[in-house]
Amino acid sequence: MSTKKELTPRKKHGFLAEMGTNWQLYAMLILPIAYLLIFAYGPMLGVQIAFKDFKMGKGIWGSEWIGFDHFIRFFKSMQFPLVMKNTLILSFYNLLVSTPMALFLAVCVNYLTNQKYKKTVQMITYAPHFVSVIIMVAIMNQILATRTGVVNNMIAALGFERVEFLGNASYFRHLYVWSGVWQGAGWNSIIYISALAGIDPQVHEAAIVDGATKVRRIFSIDLPSILPTIVILMIMNVGNIMNVGMTKVFAMQNTLNKTYSEVIETYVYNVTFASGMPNYDYTTAIGLFNSVIGLALIVTVNAISRKLTESSLW
Amino acid sequence: MSKNKNALIADSLPDKIFNVFITIITFLFTVACAYPLIYVLSASFSDPMDIFAGRVWLLPVNPNLKGYETIFAYKDIWVGYGNSVFYTVFGTLINVFMTVLAAYPLSRKDLKYQKPIIMMFTFTMLFNAGMIPNYLLIRDLGILNTRWALLLPGAISVYNMIIVRTFFRSNIPDELLESARLDGCSDFTFLLKIVLPLSGAVIAVISLYYAVGHWNQYFNAVLYLTDKKIYPLQVFLRNILLQTSINDVSAGSVANETERTYLNELLKYSLIVVASAPLLAIYPFIQKYFVKGVMVGAVKG
Repeated sequence: MSTKKELTPRKKHGFLAEMGTNWQLYAMLILPIAYLLIFAYGPMLGVQIAFKDFKMGKGIWGSEWIGFDHFIRFFKSMQFPLVMKNTLILSFYNLLVSTPMALFLAVCVNYLTNQKYKKTVQMITYAPHFVSVIIMVAIMNQILATRTGVVNNMIAALGFERVEFLGNASYFRHLYVWSGVWQGAGWNSIIYISALAGIDPQVHEAAIVDGATKVRRIFSIDLPSILPTIVILMIMNVGNIMNVGMTKVFAMQNTLNKTYSEVIETYVYNVTFASGMPNYDYTTAIGLFNSVIGLALIVTVNAISRKLTESSLW
Repeated sequence: MSKNKNALIADSLPDKIFNVFITIITFLFTVACAYPLIYVLSASFSDPMDIFAGRVWLLPVNPNLKGYETIFAYKDIWVGYGNSVFYTVFGTLINVFMTVLAAYPLSRKDLKYQKPIIMMFTFTMLFNAGMIPNYLLIRDLGILNTRWALLLPGAISVYNMIIVRTFFRSNIPDELLESARLDGCSDFTFLLKIVLPLSGAVIAVISLYYAVGHWNQYFNAVLYLTDKKIYPLQVFLRNILLQTSINDVSAGSVANETERTYLNELLKYSLIVVASAPLLAIYPFIQKYFVKGVMVGAVKG
């Protein structure tokens, strides 16, 4: 790898001197920063309509401030408890299942001794990650269909009742989470597998000499060693709690399962675009509420983790 | 490396049980991953009557190409295919160009104001304005319902930018820059002539990430586009597979309703295959690059 020798410092250090010596580097940054200002920070200016009575004619800046009216309206609306509950349950369920599953798979794969088999397992379990959301949902609809789906055909062949996976709304959460495991567990295990491979083999050798079984080594060596990786990924996931895989929920959503599948972000879309007279200000407020909670969560979890485990995102 | 640590001493009984256990678990999970894909592939070549009757389990039954013939005759799918290729190619070009332009200066330790710039980037990973302000921006920029609406937003993924920056930091030795400077090489020339040729691996990785993202993306298209002529494939797929316009595809190719129901079922399978075939076909060959990307990304930026 590279030697860590410092670059020869370039003379003075004022703003002008910096621009003089490094102007080419800043020139490279013009386009990326312009992009960032327009497409990432531009919408953040637009967020102000969450506190305004937004009138198309007056524009974002000209509309009148009304304070927290939109937020209060949302909190008081009938939909609020429902979408809040759906968002949180779906997220936590997903969080509690997906990380352990990926970790579990990684540990199993890590101890496979036949290299050829190991490579095959990895290759095949990574594949669903590349299937698009739409295709994934379509596959799910096909194979789980009550009368014609192959899964129900199997269930019927074994002598059980066919299950209405798609028609019965209460299956929605399980379908969402476990289809995520199908699609993501393999891919998400990569990072754990590489962390496991980075553990000093001598530690394992010493444990083997001491007669530790593999299960023992998993709990005494492997998991403690990769804890920082697990923590970092957990923080990132917690920060995403409010961002349920919106595109997947949206693709899975239909009139039958809406009581379970309406999460904050799909609600924002549905409320805005289902009506001929969209209330952009109101739905912006809902979206902002969502983002702020997400930000607060990630900051909190990060702080806690820095205290407890000394691994944190920043 | 795991080989020698396991071969050191003959396995004890608990370890033997453990080996059997993990082999079974990984086998089951692998089958669970592969089976739906194999089933869909087989069903797409089968007789729809046999799909309905539940006679297709693993291999095609009464193989035929009826589904594919109908799909190949349906123009919208090819419009979508063409558009998706366009979005993927040009979108990825923009992505890679912008990402490198951001990552290189920010990888340079002698760039004085990099801290605030980096923070500007990373903050966007933590907080986002939400769907509606983004929508209003696209509308106010006048690119609603144009191809730009799918190419410009998301031009830089901060995550990928950090991957590239980390790669530059650890793979481009400072000595190289020093000696290039002595030869009077400018930063532009250095990036173009020295850094990029040395960074093929990471450029390949992020290109693949971006390309897969473009190919599979559908929601922005649903949000920003209303003109069918510029829909990417995924939106057509959504309309046909998840909504109800499957009848448009089968229209005219069958005589009666029952036959149409059968054909529609078959069409769905064939369509899934047609849509996901390109990616899954090249996947085994490029898999290692993706994995490499995850590893590079794991190094904290």
